[in-house]
Amino acid sequence: MLLVPAMHCAGCLGTVERSLAALAGVSSARVNLTARQVEVRHGGAVTVPMLVDALAAAGFASQPRGEDLAPAPSAVRALLAPLAVAGFAAMNVMLMSVSVWSGAEGATRELFHWLSALIAVPAIAYAGRPFFGSAARALRHARSNMDVPITIGVLLATGLSCYETVTHGRDVWFDGTLMLLFFLLAGRALDAAMRDRARAGVDALLREAAPGALVIGRDGGAQWLAARDLAPGMVMRVAAGERLAADGTIIVGTSRFDRSLLTGESTPLPGTVGEALLAGMLNCDAPVDVRVTAVGQSTTLAEIAALMAAAGQHRSRYVRIADRVSRLYAPLVHTLALASFLGWLALGAGWHQALVVAIAVLIITCPCALGLAVPVAQVVAAGTLLRGGILVKDGSALERLARVDRALLDKTGTLTMGRPLPDPAAIAALPADVAQVALGLATHSRHPLCRALAGALAAAGYRAAPLSDLREVPGHGVSARWQGLAVALRRPDQPEPRLTSLLTIEQREAWLIGFADRLRPDAGDALAMLRALGIEASILSGDGSGAVAAIARLTGLAAEAEASPVAKQQAIARLQAEGHRVLMAGDGLNDAPALAAADASIAPGTASDAGRQAADFVFVTESLLALPRAVVTARRSMRIVRQNFTLAATYNLVAVPLAMLGLVTPLIAAVAMSASSLLVVANSLRLGLPPRLPRGAPR
Amino acid sequence: MTSVALLLPLALTMGLCGLAAFFWALKRGQFEDLDGAAARILIEDDEEGGVER
Repeated sequence: MLLVPAMHCAGCLGTVERSLAALAGVSSARVNLTARQVEVRHGGAVTVPMLVDALAAAGFASQPRGEDLAPAPSAVRALLAPLAVAGFAAMNVMLMSVSVWSGAEGATRELFHWLSALIAVPAIAYAGRPFFGSAARALRHARSNMDVPITIGVLLATGLSCYETVTHGRDVWFDGTLMLLFFLLAGRALDAAMRDRARAGVDALLREAAPGALVIGRDGGAQWLAARDLAPGMVMRVAAGERLAADGTIIVGTSRFDRSLLTGESTPLPGTVGEALLAGMLNCDAPVDVRVTAVGQSTTLAEIAALMAAAGQHRSRYVRIADRVSRLYAPLVHTLALASFLGWLALGAGWHQALVVAIAVLIITCPCALGLAVPVAQVVAAGTLLRGGILVKDGSALERLARVDRALLDKTGTLTMGRPLPDPAAIAALPADVAQVALGLATHSRHPLCRALAGALAAAGYRAAPLSDLREVPGHGVSARWQGLAVALRRPDQPEPRLTSLLTIEQREAWLIGFADRLRPDAGDALAMLRALGIEASILSGDGSGAVAAIARLTGLAAEAEASPVAKQQAIARLQAEGHRVLMAGDGLNDAPALAAADASIAPGTASDAGRQAADFVFVTESLLALPRAVVTARRSMRIVRQNFTLAATYNLVAVPLAMLGLVTPLIAAVAMSASSLLVVANSLRLGLPPRLPRGAPR
Repeated sequence: MTSVALLLPLALTMGLCGLAAFFWALKRGQFEDLDGAAARILIEDDEEGGVER
């Protein structure tokens, strides 16, 4: 089982399967595109590194999947079978009900009632289990949820219908009961599908970062070990562009280290033999050998994770809107049903007639439209966001985001791209042939600066020039020959104040290309839109005050610098105590506790594992417009949910008096139920229309 | 009444067949990778060195 995170279309799928199947000894390769992984069956002669190399040759980075990374079982699958049973039974029972309604009499009606009961009772027992189980759990804890009125309604209606069937009664309610279950299960399945889909996306991102290190044995042999198998005293070789998997001290080599993941600090710090390093730091320049001093639970990483777990408690107390509504709704419905039962008894009706009326009230008020109102709206909203490159973890995140009125933004990686990018002016100044040489050189190195340069040049439309004699000297640069001339892309001879690469071509002048972290595209527009949405934003960064002040000036936001993970959490708690609902946007591990503590949180796809896990939303686009877009969609979905509730309430206002007067027949119940459900679904689908973003103040 | 005697079992059997087919597909894992299934239709199998099934 190999994970291939970059695979996302039919072309990728075909290439991956073909390149693996072409290897000798591989009997089959089957891609699962949803989980972004490929299952390979192979003989003993094939090893995992061979498969990884074959994929690398095809242009896909991959890694073997650890057992603990196996995706959690899907929540939808458990609901599919009950949904199918309810759908089948509802259709067939409806078929017979239609003939009864259109005037079947006597023996025929008896036969149809018995057949309906035969189909419906087992079907209800099977398809209703998700609701019965949940209601039983809620009652055991002396609470009530949406499932309690559903269960009571379904059980009473089924019981009454069985009684009517046995006593040759005129009306049975099997069709309505099954239809109710079918609609409700559809709502549940949609809700679960949304969570599955987002989780698959986030999981695929999570697995991208390789948690492990190349460990050098005493005999000089190198072996890739997963992070959890590392032990203090081991020596790991950390290549340029790799993150440290454990805390340690340098024993060989000199390089610079980016610790922005841990502290938010953007300037790489130099480190040489004896320097202590922390897990999560990024090695920028040259390979170093590091002796491991702490692993797993004792690293700084793990301490931050503990903070995060504590912060998540607050959010789990949030009560979803559907449950809040049902808390009001369930007692009301049960009181009404009881009132009509007692009322009819008092007016001199028999037990049987009073019970029929009470059950009609229960069925007609069963929260069919209510059960669909929230999930359908949220699934459509999540689908819209997904197309825009924003993953939603679950429906309650949309509800929480809609109420946000204050935003705190991390600087490195959130407001900015979080990685060095070449100076656009320097790129534009390169003559076309020089740019092609630069691209050719840059594509042959995995160094972060080279990759950034290659990306920028390729985006500018250049093609790589053909080069020969390519050589990469770690910590120095790449050199090659181009049309007989020596060319090189390397670090400058004199130390420069900022990250810089030097491009040299024999017999020509040299070009200096500066690199700097830059604001995300559209950051200004995005912030203006947030302001237009009534959300006040400010910067909360762990970086030094100088770097933060520069960004604060560029964006015109208030800023707090040098905030530790704990200070970030406290800043959020302070705002929450003032009655604000806080949106936290951040990417680093140092933001993760704050992301977990905020009312809603969003992280870029480039964020640390912990950041992505803690955030409710993950946006994979480069543009910061994802923020206002998510807020707008969340607010729209809440508006639609409220409209849906209003629709359902209006329907009840009409239907309940009829039911209490004893005027509702199974036919009316069936029609009313489908009509209100369809109305709610249709209203929710409006969310699929393109969102209207508020126009930001002109800048 | 005779038509009912024929049509009712017929309708029920057909419905049950559909249900059985769905359960069979569920058990065979056909709902495991919906994105992949959508993409797979676009792959040309008749290329040389096609994908092994």
